[in-house]
Amino acid sequence: MDEMYSREYEALVKYFENSGGDPRALRSSEYASMVINHNRVLHVSEVDGIQMRFERMENGVEVWITVNENVVVKNPVHLCFGMLPRSGRQIIRSHINVGDGSRVKFLSHCIFPKAVDIEHVMDSDVTIGMGASMEYEEVHIHGKSGRIRVVPKAIVNVGPGGYYSSTFVVKTGRAGNVDIDYSLFLSDNSSASLFSKIYGRYNDKIRVKESMYLKGRKSRGIIKTRMVLRDRSSSEVIGEVVGIGDDSRGHVDCMEVILDDATARASPIVYARNPKAKVTHEAAIGSVDKKQLLTLMSRGLSEEESIDVIVGGLLR
Amino acid sequence: MLSLRDFTVIRGGSKIVRDVNLDFEEGKIQIILGSNGSGKSTLAQGIMGIFPTDGHIFMDGEDISSLKVDERARRGITLAFQEPARFEGITVKDYLLISSREKKLGEVEDALRMVGLPRTMLFQEMDDSLSGGERKRIELASVLLMKPRFAILDEPDSGIDIISFKRIASAIKEMRNRGTGVILITHAEEMISLGDVASILCNGRVVVTGKPADVRRLFTKTPCPIREVR
Ligand SMILES: Nc1ncnc2c1ncn2[C@@H]1O[C@H](COP(=O)(O)OP(=O)(O)OP(=O)(O)O)[C@@H](O)[C@H]1O
Ligand SMILES: [Mg+2]
Repeated sequence: MDEMYSREYEALVKYFENSGGDPRALRSSEYASMVINHNRVLHVSEVDGIQMRFERMENGVEVWITVNENVVVKNPVHLCFGMLPRSGRQIIRSHINVGDGSRVKFLSHCIFPKAVDIEHVMDSDVTIGMGASMEYEEVHIHGKSGRIRVVPKAIVNVGPGGYYSSTFVVKTGRAGNVDIDYSLFLSDNSSASLFSKIYGRYNDKIRVKESMYLKGRKSRGIIKTRMVLRDRSSSEVIGEVVGIGDDSRGHVDCMEVILDDATARASPIVYARNPKAKVTHEAAIGSVDKKQLLTLMSRGLSEEESIDVIVGGLLR
Repeated sequence: MLSLRDFTVIRGGSKIVRDVNLDFEEGKIQIILGSNGSGKSTLAQGIMGIFPTDGHIFMDGEDISSLKVDERARRGITLAFQEPARFEGITVKDYLLISSREKKLGEVEDALRMVGLPRTMLFQEMDDSLSGGERKRIELASVLLMKPRFAILDEPDSGIDIISFKRIASAIKEMRNRGTGVILITHAEEMISLGDVASILCNGRVVVTGKPADVRRLFTKTPCPIREVR
């Protein structure tokens, strides 16, 4: 049993490293970390001020992560969730609580290298305390083929003066079927940013629905999406900011490049429920910029290489 | 040698540049003068292969009319646009490394210095945070790094302050000294005087070719000297 755990652990660490992760972070006691394969927690490391609890479920793991009050977590908390088998379903139900006045950064890697038929559901609720700050970055590493369905859902409450930012990235391997659904609720003087960068290919289907409710006075929020779609992939992006509090400010910024037979639909929704709120949006969908393309080609890159450079910049 | 013979450039269905016959030599600067809308940028982009053309363009005697933009670039022709593109998420360093022959940072730093930009700019993104003048100079640095046989520079000096202007002028001279044939579109007197030969473009046609000083004098008097239209 132990041997199987350590084999899986080593395998995940290897993929994590190959995708640019620093394996020392998973081995060092200076870093809080958690490594999960399917419904097995392979490794947990806590640092001062952070508690991690978990409970095994049939198809996944329920996780509680608590950051005490007034703690500045020096190193990013590393989460590594994966499915090494070719098929199956994984549900990660997480409850993250960041105490008043604390600061923490999460770096989450989701690894599905051999996916043939995999579903990964991430169901989170996050509470950010007064004046606390949490940054969350989720990078997906998918294999080059196979069916994969990724369903990240999150409800985030940001306390007064708090800050939350999330970056969601899928650009290596096949995105597959992605269905993001995030809702954020912002209190007085709090701010938040949601940023997703996704590269869709083949018949990938990507749906991103993000809502920010600017409930508090002087709350601030931005939803930013950068997507590149090729082949027959398609996307639907719904970015919604609702201005409720006095002097709340929200912005939706969506830019998508479509190539080949890809299709994209974007609906920025700006909704003000208070004349003192201000909510704005910009959305642009189109092919690769002609001048950028011609500039790179006039330096000797082929059309395909030029597109890679442009798209790489957009998703950086 | 790059030669245009009865070279015509078509844009939006109409012949914007007509029947141009010019020879560009390596290690020489050819100045192109012309008033607004005379077709200078169209000619520049026609040579690069961006617009459809009629007539011929010969490189070392071979007609390269059917070659695409990137194929021409790999033969050693490049163009710096009048309005350089912006790139989101690409740093000046990464951008310049693309055209750098040796893919070495030292080479990129030298090029940046030659156009008078600080090293700190390497890590800046090629987006709206750069001014138009800065983007033009980065474009010139990119062309320098390519060590092209022929460089078409579309008004590299417009919208540039006096000090940077001098840097640009010396960078262009350096480019010529290294053996690049420069096709330089400009309005500036100091730039024209760098030229080995100059031509005036008027309503899409080359109407005069001669010594830069003479051509400039003629151009100041009559920017578009009328000639019979065929
Ligand atoms: N898409 C187009 N279709 C048809 N004609 C065009 C198109 N774009 C530009 N033109 C015309 O081509 C002519 C030449 O334009 P061009 O930009 O080459 O001039 P230029 O000499 O570079 O001018 P400037 O000094 O302003 O840079 C102009 O008269 C312009 O109206
Ligand atoms: Mg022009």
